[in-house]
Amino acid sequence: MASEAQPGTASRAAISAPMVLVVFLLLAAASYGALIWAPTENTMGLVQRIFYFHVSCAWTGFVSFLLVFIGSVAYLRTRALKWDWLGVASAEVGVAFFTIVLVTGPIWAKPVWGIWWTWDARLTSSFLLWVLFVSYLILRTLVEEPERRAMVSAVFGIFAALDIPLVYFSIWWFRTQHPQPVIGDGGSLDPRMGWVLLLCWAAMLGVMSVLIRLRYRLEALRSEVDAYRIETARSGR
Amino acid sequence: MNLARATGVILAKELRTEFRSRELLGTTVVFVLIVIVLFSFTFNPTSSESRRFGPGLLWLAFLFAGSLMLQSSFLREQTNDTLAALRLAPIEPFSILAGKMAANFLFLLLVELILLPVFAVLYNVAVLPVLGPLLLVFALGTVGLAATGTVFSAVAAQARLRELLLPLLLLPVLAPVLVASTEATIGILRDPSELSSVWLTFLACFDVVFLTAAWMVGEYLLEE
Repeated sequence: MASEAQPGTASRAAISAPMVLVVFLLLAAASYGALIWAPTENTMGLVQRIFYFHVSCAWTGFVSFLLVFIGSVAYLRTRALKWDWLGVASAEVGVAFFTIVLVTGPIWAKPVWGIWWTWDARLTSSFLLWVLFVSYLILRTLVEEPERRAMVSAVFGIFAALDIPLVYFSIWWFRTQHPQPVIGDGGSLDPRMGWVLLLCWAAMLGVMSVLIRLRYRLEALRSEVDAYRIETARSGR
Repeated sequence: MNLARATGVILAKELRTEFRSRELLGTTVVFVLIVIVLFSFTFNPTSSESRRFGPGLLWLAFLFAGSLMLQSSFLREQTNDTLAALRLAPIEPFSILAGKMAANFLFLLLVELILLPVFAVLYNVAVLPVLGPLLLVFALGTVGLAATGTVFSAVAAQARLRELLLPLLLLPVLAPVLVASTEATIGILRDPSELSSVWLTFLACFDVVFLTAAWMVGEYLLEE
């Protein structure tokens, strides 16, 4: 990966054609698996097929937020701006994936439960998680100076990531004490469904890594442009 | 100077600053009063209902109050540029954060204790027989609020739009505290009263996690 403030290095950290091809093939296979190969679910029917993308996007979102945590800790330890770039890239991609989760969820819920949204433990926690990392992104827009921005967002990134399990535990305990609509997850899963889910997850992880790399490169280029700008301003004087 | 003594000195300084002006405490108490009064319009605060909704409203009011009150924790230093002086002191950087945390904990707890009888009267809830357990929940919840709030106050102080930013950062992170404190308080005010060990343990875990995190990031947060 590119190191900071060295002209020309950032552009070389681009994604490679084989990588894109692999991700493209994975996506095609996942779509075929989810839409055609997997058996239609008995009670929910065709709409259940959204489940493969819904769940795999949620898992991928978690992986992205884990990367935010890793980037934040590594930045505070090393002070290398590249870890901050990883942080912002992963946070944006994670928020995008959780947006997909929050949009596909109601689309699936409406025909199955009859309502768009219910304040169930998983839904509420996902919503809160999304808000947490949107806050992280907003914080970044409000601090100009790169080092300072990297430091405060690393601190918030660590706190937000540590909050994830606490959010899940608290809301889970909270909701299990209260009456709620029954969400059936009993019954046996056709093995093909499990395989398709894993395939979808692999495809989403591929999309995630392509997007994070692109976003990382963008951040590196921005930092490079800033370095040039400062240099020009200095020599101009 | 060791950590505990330095923290004590910073704490004493914070308390002295506040008790000379008393502006923060008075304003916050009135703010929470306003929130409690406004909440009464959103539902009919009869006795049976208030036992169920009251604790949630109270904790929500505390969270709002904290997210506004803790702004000044680092802003005060910034307007007078005194944080640089504090940094120059031969003490561990974390003791500045710890001292401020302790002071904010005491301020918030004081606000809560002033408002508890008011809440009890307005929402017709008997708090005296269950004062002990209630104080325990207040203390544990407030530690979490003060720990995260003080750190985020230092974060927000370095950004634009800081008044809006602090609640934005703090409230979603504090959602678990809101859930746990509210549920514990509801349990205590229920008839028969019960102290939920699950929620107390949870609050203690939250406090430990974020106090440790604050200790880990403290030195980075305060450097220039």
